[in-house]
Amino acid sequence: MSEPAEPIAAPVLPGDLPVRRMYRSSDGRVLAGVAKGLADHLGVDVLWVRIAFVVLTAASGAGVVAYGLFWVFAPQSPYEPAGQPRERGRDLTMLLALGSLAVGLVLLLTALGIGLNPGLTVPLVTVCLGVAILWRQADDDARERWRQATATSQGPGMLRAGVGLALVLLGAAAILAGPANGGGAVGGLVAAAVVAVGIALVSGPWWLRMARELSAERSARIREQERAEVAAHVHDSVLHTLTLIQRHVDDPREVARLARSQERELRGWLYRPVGGPGGSTQLGATLEAAAAEVEDAHGVAIEVVVVGDCPLDDRLVAVRDAAREAMVNAAKYAKGAPVSLYAEVEPEQVTVFVRDRGPGFDPDTVPGDRLGLRQSVVGRMARHGGRAIVTSEPGEGTEVQLEMPRDRSPS
Amino acid sequence: MTDHTAVRVVLVDDHRMFRSGVRAELGDAVEVVGEAEDADQAITVIRATRPDVVLLDVHLPGGGGRAVLAALVAELPDVRFLALSVSDAPEDVISVIRGGARGYVTKSITGPELAGAVRRVADGDAVFSPRLAGFVLDAFAATTDVATVDEDLDRLSQREREVLRLIARGYTYKEVGKALFISVKTVETHVSAVLRKLQLSNRHELTRWATSRRLV
Repeated sequence: MSEPAEPIAAPVLPGDLPVRRMYRSSDGRVLAGVAKGLADHLGVDVLWVRIAFVVLTAASGAGVVAYGLFWVFAPQSPYEPAGQPRERGRDLTMLLALGSLAVGLVLLLTALGIGLNPGLTVPLVTVCLGVAILWRQADDDARERWRQATATSQGPGMLRAGVGLALVLLGAAAILAGPANGGGAVGGLVAAAVVAVGIALVSGPWWLRMARELSAERSARIREQERAEVAAHVHDSVLHTLTLIQRHVDDPREVARLARSQERELRGWLYRPVGGPGGSTQLGATLEAAAAEVEDAHGVAIEVVVVGDCPLDDRLVAVRDAAREAMVNAAKYAKGAPVSLYAEVEPEQVTVFVRDRGPGFDPDTVPGDRLGLRQSVVGRMARHGGRAIVTSEPGEGTEVQLEMPRDRSPS
Repeated sequence: MTDHTAVRVVLVDDHRMFRSGVRAELGDAVEVVGEAEDADQAITVIRATRPDVVLLDVHLPGGGGRAVLAALVAELPDVRFLALSVSDAPEDVISVIRGGARGYVTKSITGPELAGAVRRVADGDAVFSPRLAGFVLDAFAATTDVATVDEDLDRLSQREREVLRLIARGYTYKEVGKALFISVKTVETHVSAVLRKLQLSNRHELTRWATSRRLV
């Protein structure tokens, strides 16, 4: 096992793409990496995305809103070329970008009809600038932690955070002192609201970061639990069987039996849907279980193929028992040659074939115990309204065919 | 039949023990010209050696057998792929067949049977294990009574159904021929036709069916 975790994971379904997440890119960004991240995600040139944002901004400022939403909800990309030095003179570019965002915001406010009051617009834009700087700085902090470079310059970071904070405070103060504030009870309410919103905006990045870290920790814990479960299962079943096999090296039959039953168990665990062995009320599952019993008891491999499925009823229980008899018989006479069971559920009837590649026999000179098989299998099927046909030829193996009409009334 | 010249084979499996086991079991029946243990290596080796048949594991590091099929089926039409897997999951089986493999056998197959399957694939025929035959019957059964199915590709003929049923019952091609009073060649023709339908049928039901078998 070169890749122990691989077989446990559900195989990628055909036509099913792995889930792709959009990340904000920290590589080749101007402001928050939204445009670049979106371009990477969609597989288009970043220029088109930027043009789209600008055009959308002209349309009632939708671009600015969209940009802000992406900024908040798309996580920072954890994949980043390592050791890339932080570029100098970047702050100026950023400020320019923020400035254009602010212009966009003014356009948006104008469109909403509340920007005509310069006494309100200017402080609002100031607050937005401050918030943008703060959030941008939070991004950088997150990036630093991914890089695990603790010794990078703290200076510009602190400075920028300070500038952001100051801008928010300034804006808030301006709103409070502005003409919109009429004083009195209403004025007090407005002041409280402004302060609350300011605090929320300033502390937002840290709340968001905390929430993200919490969910990252949670998924790590789930992974750990799954791993522990797999380890426990491997220990209980596979290691146990391997020990038994080492103890039975002299007995090839027993080794084969152990290996076979372990294989079946592991296969069931890997490929069976969640919910354990369930489905034992279905014909297919009971036939497989019966074949497994016979395999274990007689040390013969039985290949089971079931086409269609239906719930078990009294008649089909008889079919299963007859099939088990036939398999036991095949296992006894086939002398280690493979046995196959094929069952097909059709609307009108259920057909089961049990075939072995043993020596076969001449139906005219039936040995006594084979006659017994005939009685038990054929008799049982007849009693329940079905029939069984045994065909065999010396050297060609034996095939038992079981047919049972289905109950047409839905039960 | 190309009995006189040994079939050239590349083995692709991520377990070295399994590769040497297969090599030993195939013995002189084929000539193993290369081995690979992941998808990228397989693509390189197959390009370099141009074998007749590739024995391809479904689960491989680097994208699985499907990645190898996707890279090479169109590029090297003379190279034939026979999928070999321990998996019984229907979606695995269906996906490699639809990816272009000429057959699917499980790893429990015996040496002589595998050698026969390799030769059959080298001759351009399809190889169906009982389980694959069962899957196909199951997948195509669901739509036989739907009146809207008008594409021939989406339906199995009565004869094809009979052939598949016998294969699912564990019959060899020879025994199928004997039971239906047709030649082995005719059996091979039917199976190849089914393979073609399996690969070309553009119904999404196939995939959905394979997925649903897992989730039921």
